[in-house]
Amino acid sequence: MSVEVRVPTILRPLTGGEKIVQAQGATLEAVIKDLDASYPGIGERLVDDSGLRRFVNVYVNDEDVRFMDSLQTPVQDGDSVTILPAVAGG
Amino acid sequence: MRFASLLDSVGHTPLVGLPSLSPSEQVRLWAKLEDENPTGSVKDRAALAMVEQAEADGLLQPGSVLLEPTSGNTGISLAMVARQRGYRLVCVMPENTSAERRQLLSMWGAEVISSPAAGGSNEAVRVAKALAQEHPDWVMLYQYGNQANALAHYQTTGPELLADLPTITHFVAGLGTTGTLMGTGRYLREHKPDVQVIAAEPRYGELVYGLRNLDEGFVPELYDESVLTTRFSVGARDAIRRTRELLLTEGIFAGPSTGGILHAALGVARKAQQAGQEADIAFIVCDGGWKYLSTGLYEGTLDDAEQALEGQLWA
Repeated sequence: MSVEVRVPTILRPLTGGEKIVQAQGATLEAVIKDLDASYPGIGERLVDDSGLRRFVNVYVNDEDVRFMDSLQTPVQDGDSVTILPAVAGG
Repeated sequence: MRFASLLDSVGHTPLVGLPSLSPSEQVRLWAKLEDENPTGSVKDRAALAMVEQAEADGLLQPGSVLLEPTSGNTGISLAMVARQRGYRLVCVMPENTSAERRQLLSMWGAEVISSPAAGGSNEAVRVAKALAQEHPDWVMLYQYGNQANALAHYQTTGPELLADLPTITHFVAGLGTTGTLMGTGRYLREHKPDVQVIAAEPRYGELVYGLRNLDEGFVPELYDESVLTTRFSVGARDAIRRTRELLLTEGIFAGPSTGGILHAALGVARKAQQAGQEADIAFIVCDGGWKYLSTGLYEGTLDDAEQALEGQLWA
């Protein structure tokens, strides 16, 4: 499975400045593992022992993975994964 | 309808059907016109409730100074309420917000302190918290953590929706302070356990996410994930497209955050339609389009409008 991952500005120093990168995997967890292999250090910025970090939001096809299967959310070929820091509205 | 004063008229907004945008007679969309509140946005409910709670708690005297971080609408609502009740208001607002918001705040007599564009509302919150430390006599109602915000919707928006639409199956609203979704969502769940509560979260341009590190991220204290069924991220392009569609097909002139909410509501409607389910989907029209005329949202191509909103806090 190949997916497109959108990387927020704050993590781009780790992807050599790339905004959109490709990664492989059948679940979000596998995708993040694959990302970390290509861009060492990105994994620990996204995930800690308890799962996704508190101020990190990840969306698969625009839906928040915390309301799907979180790190176990399945991804399919051509899906888009968007990573964003949590910010305020209002 | 007759009210003793403008403040007494907050809420009681119409719920209107969308015959053209609803996918079928079995899957129906309903818009709750919160732009019909006194200052033209859903935030009148929370602002009034937070001030009344602070008064009940004995925090406010005539001439008290209120302080609030806001991207606009809450500030405008608070400015109106504060003026009526004899308080001053200092708003901290990110500089990348529409000119009209700033003008409206001034009109109602609020002072505006600008916070840097990068970091968006996170920065406004940070600056306001620092100001609160410097001015211990100012009262920060703090919409992100003030239970009266969510309670206003639990006590008014939720009951109004259920009374007008007893067959409601889905409620869709924008996610900012989370007050609308938390309060309305809790009320609806208590009375309709199967109701789905869906958040539409604006996805801004990169400038707004310009934090120095991820630990500067922000999750409102009011937010309780368990109230929601799911949460969608909606970018400016889809929000603009739907805002225009709402205007052209149903005649409703709304701001861009409503377009984002409609986009999520239409996604939910499509799923219900595909599954062959009956659905009554109610969503919030947060505010009218008037405050966004200067942004270019309603002019030119989608590309032009998307470009115009880049880097702006449009919801």
